[in-house]
This record gives sequence, C-alpha cells and structure tokens, in this order.
Amino acid sequence: MMDNISTFIKKEFLHVFRDRKTLLMLFGLPIVQIILFGFALTNEITNAKIVVCDYAKDDASQQIIGKLQASQQFDIQRILLNHKQIETAFKDGEIKMAVVFPANFNSDLLHQHKAQVQLITDASDPNTATAISGYANQIVMDYQNELMQLQRVPYQINTEVRMLYNPELKAAVNFVPGVMSLILLLVCVLMTSVAIVKEKETGTMEVLLVSPFSPFLIIVSKAMPYLALSLINLTIILLLSVLVLGMPINGSILLLYAVSTLFIITALSLGLLISNRTASQQSAMLISLMGMLVPSILFTGFMFPLENMPYPLQLVSHIIPAKWYYIIVKSVMVKGLGFSAIWKETLVLLTMTMLLLVVNIKTFKIRLT
Amino acid sequence: MKDVILNNISKTYNKGIVQAVNAVSFHVDKGELFGLIGPDGAGKTSIFRILTTLLLPNGGTASVNGFDVVKDYKTIRKNVGYMPGRFSLYQDLSVQENLNFFASIFNTSVKENYDLIKDIYIQLEPFKDRRAGKLSGGMKQKLALCCALIHRPTILFLDEPTTGVDVVSRKEFWEMLKRLKQQGITILVSTPYMDEATLCERIALIQDGRIMSIDTPENIIGKFSESLFAVKSDNMGSLLQDLKNTGIIKSCNAFGAYHHVTFKDNNQNMNEKLIRVLEEKQHTNIELRPITPTIEDCFIKLMED
Repeated sequence: MMDNISTFIKKEFLHVFRDRKTLLMLFGLPIVQIILFGFALTNEITNAKIVVCDYAKDDASQQIIGKLQASQQFDIQRILLNHKQIETAFKDGEIKMAVVFPANFNSDLLHQHKAQVQLITDASDPNTATAISGYANQIVMDYQNELMQLQRVPYQINTEVRMLYNPELKAAVNFVPGVMSLILLLVCVLMTSVAIVKEKETGTMEVLLVSPFSPFLIIVSKAMPYLALSLINLTIILLLSVLVLGMPINGSILLLYAVSTLFIITALSLGLLISNRTASQQSAMLISLMGMLVPSILFTGFMFPLENMPYPLQLVSHIIPAKWYYIIVKSVMVKGLGFSAIWKETLVLLTMTMLLLVVNIKTFKIRLT
Repeated sequence: MKDVILNNISKTYNKGIVQAVNAVSFHVDKGELFGLIGPDGAGKTSIFRILTTLLLPNGGTASVNGFDVVKDYKTIRKNVGYMPGRFSLYQDLSVQENLNFFASIFNTSVKENYDLIKDIYIQLEPFKDRRAGKLSGGMKQKLALCCALIHRPTILFLDEPTTGVDVVSRKEFWEMLKRLKQQGITILVSTPYMDEATLCERIALIQDGRIMSIDTPENIIGKFSESLFAVKSDNMGSLLQDLKNTGIIKSCNAFGAYHHVTFKDNNQNMNEKLIRVLEEKQHTNIELRPITPTIEDCFIKLMED
C-alpha cells in the first residue's frame, strides 16, 4: 500500500514540475510579493517633509538640524517656535515628522553627557513612520558618534520616538506574516482544488475510481505535494524576510514551522472541500479566489485593522482561518512569544481543521455525480 | 456462467427529467465479446458507468463477476478493467510513466503481466518516453487499452474505444480484442459504428435508453423479414424524395452511394414498376438490385417499428 501511495505522490510531483506556468506562479508569487511589500511599499522614502521645533538653539541642535537638512531623506519645511504648532502641521497633512530639541540641549549634553531629542511621527501610515523615525535616529546617532570620537567622552543622545495616531504601529512590518498566510492559502486552497478538479475534468478520476486505490487516499496523495511545496515556500518567504528585509525571527523556528504545517493542513482541507463540490477547474478557481482569498485579505487584519471594523464584520473574521494563523505568526515571529501565548489560536485552528476533515470524509464522493 | 447481468436497470438525470437508461436487461457470458451498439446519447456510457460502479442506478439490479454493483463496489473495482469513452490518461506523463502508474495503483507491476499486453505494447515501445498527450489517436487508444489491462482484469469494459480513431487503427483494435478474448477475458464494448457490430459475438442494439434487440449479429440480420434493395440514379438528391412519393415504397434511407428501400408489397412486379415510375420522373442510369441487409438496416428498421 505504501508503495503505491508513493508512486501516486511521485506522479503528482511530475504534474507540478511539468506545468511550467503553475510552477512559476507557485514560487514567483511569494518572491514578488515579499519584494513588492518589502521595497515598493516601505522604503520609498525620499524628501520626506518635516518640521523642527528647536527650543535649544545651540551648537548641537544646529548641527543636527544641518545634518537632517543635508540628508536626502528629509526636507525641512519650517522651523517652528512653539510646540503647539506641531499638531496643526500634522493635521494639515503636510509633514511626516516633527523633531523637537528641548531647551539646554547642548549644555545637558556637555555637562551630564546625556541629552534627549524627541521624534514625533504620523503613524497612521505605519510603514513610513517607522522608516522615517529610523532614518532620523540614525542621523542623531551619527552626530553622537562624531562627538564621541572628537572628544573621547561617552556622550549619549536618546531619541524619544512618539507615534501619533497609531502608537502600537498596527499593520507595520507585519506584512510578512500577512503574506505568509495569503501565499499558503493560495497555494493550498487554489492549487489543490484545481489539481483535483482537473482529474475530474479530464476524466482520469473516472479511471482512478475504478481501481482498488481508496478514493480518499487519491485525494490525500494529491494534496501531499502541495504540503511539501508550501513548506518550501514558507522557507523562501522566511529567508527573504530575514536576509533581504532584515526582519528577524524572534521566536522559535520549530514552533513557527509546526503551526504553519497545521495551517497548511487547514488550507488543504478547504481545498479538498472545494474540489469535492465543483466539477470544473474554472469554478474551483473562482470559489477559491472569491470565497477564500478575498475574505482572507479583508479579514486577516494585515491590510485593514480589524479593530476599526464594525462589530458584525469582526464576528465574520473569526471564521477566517488566516486570521488566527496571522495572529500566531505575529506572536512567534515578531514578538518572539512561545507556545503558551498562542495555544488558544492554535486550538481554534486545530478545531477548524478537524471539522473540515470530518466534513470532507463524510461528504466524500466515491462515485461520479 | 454469466459475468455481467443487468436486470431492469434504469438511470435518470436532472431529477428524473432525462431518462438515459430505461429498464435495460441483458447479460454477458464468461469469455464473450459483447457489443452495445447505438448512436450517441443512446445510454451506452450510463450503462458502462453503472456497471463499473461509478454511477448508482435509479432502478433495477446489476452484477459483475457475481458482485452487486451497488453493495460490492469495492470488489468490482479491483477486478475489472475500464476504458472510458474519452481518452483518460495523464497527458503530461510519458507512455511508460502512465503504464507504471496504473500498474502500481492496482498493486501489480508491468513486468508481472507483461505477457498480456506484450502484443500491444510492442507497438508503443518506440514512443515510450513520449508524453501521452503527444501520441496519435490510435496510439492513445492502444496505451489506454494497455493501462486497462495491466492488472489482468476478468472483465474489460470498453466504452467507445474506436471513436475518433482512423480506419486502420480501428481494424487493428478489433484484432487485439479478439486476441484478448482468446486469453479468456470477458469483453463488453460499445460503439456507434454499425459496421463493427459484426465483429462481436453477440450484440445489443440500443436506442433512447431502450434495448431494441439482443442476439448474434447473424441472427439479427436473419430476422430482417423483408427484401431489401439498393437504388441508384444520376440524381441522388431528388431520388430520395421521388422514391418516397411513389406510394409503393415502405422504407427508404440514404446509405452512401445507394438508397436502401423496401417495398410495401414483396413481389417481382414492384421492381419494374418502380423503375418505370422513376423513368417518368426523368431519372437516368437507374440501378436497382437486391442486397443482404446490414446491421444498420436492421437498426433503422427496429427504430422505425
């Protein structure tokens, strides 16, 4: 039995590898998405308009302002006299950041070897806000290092970053977990259901059914390559995000792979369910895209914050498996939390998977309809 | 010993609106080459799918190898070979990969049953690394037959195996079936080509889901009670209509270069009378001769009755 299952799985791999277009989609999509989200949507910051509020007006503050002005990233619009003008400037939407130097900036630095700069950013666009405060921070650190080398005193300038409007930076670099859930969903639901329905459409299912091979094993064997390919895809996404985007994996990699495998199985069961109820590749594709992918994009929380949605829509989001997976990945990957922090979400996913599998087995068709 | 038995099998689609198979009963003896002959939409494929356990009948019972097609579907699936009407192999796999795959899912190997497919496979061997989708129609059919045979089935179900295949390949295919029959395999084959009916031992003529006649091809032809004539003239187009208008013709059908006719009254005078009538209608080079009916004549007659 194991022998013919392995032949079957081998056959499925041949199908995948001989279909160039699918293969391209399979591996091209995650790469393109990561690159697109990673660069096109976050790092495109040049000449960001900022304002400076300088209460110090001393050597140090002037030098840092000069550096900000000189950098390509920033374009100083105005020097404000009063703190209160900052908020109006933000509300007018003309600036991305305000830099505030407190009075006695230079003397604090010289006498206490310690001073503070405040960076206030508009975090309603969290990606830009993070990037901008990062650049500004770097410029301040540059100045600090120059000073230290010049005078051999351990000066320390702290930047205090304030994210206005969206202090938790929701949906920030979190696109990697988002892309992960979408890609896994796409590959597992769409490709599995299409692959199975293709056998129905070309008539090969008819021949397969008239054989001792158990119909349920046919389906399981068909899903296997996509489990394997999804794990490879996951690895590619993680490598890209670590190596290219510099986003570290803070939690346990093993845990990440374990919950991802669970999510992949959830998605595969969804794919099976769709293939069980459709007769053509087109309808399988349509249901996968419209019925699964679009709700997942909407209700996972990485494009549109769920907190801002009306309550009924928040309820809808609970039945989207990708939402739970997204929370898990964020917790493990970004926050570096362990299993104790994600067991509830994992349990929800597990229950969904079990439910889907039971429905699949109960409604599985052993004949043509 | 009867390998296949159908008892009042009925099948409807669209919640009973379309009656595809209507109380069909027949049997196939062990080792017999049995043909199901009828045009497209007659219900042949539905019957095949019921027998191969792919569809549930709405009424009646059927058994294959003595096993019930509904209850014992698992046993039947292990023992029969099935070749669907449409080419149903993996187009993106090579000849050899397809064959190995089907051997494997039947828990056997190509080597084990090679003797059974050897004659057929030898012709495919030069193309064994070619993708199945790139084969010619005849080659595809041979490969499909190999795949259906690779587990040494007791009964072979071939649904329109020669549809869309050239004349030479069709002839070869029937030769192969004869050889398989000699190996003791029961074969149930369907075809819309009436000329292939005589290659079967017994046939069932089927139309609109009903069996019209079951017998050996010879007996079915023998039952054709009237004298049949072939008529030809220079103007075949108007000849058909003119024949119908003579009033002495019972049936008249176009058959290639001739029209086949039967008379209402079977006596010699009618021939001369017909020629006279046709000459009056300006037909030239009229040819009229008695012929032996073919299965197609029988089929049309049964349909008209």
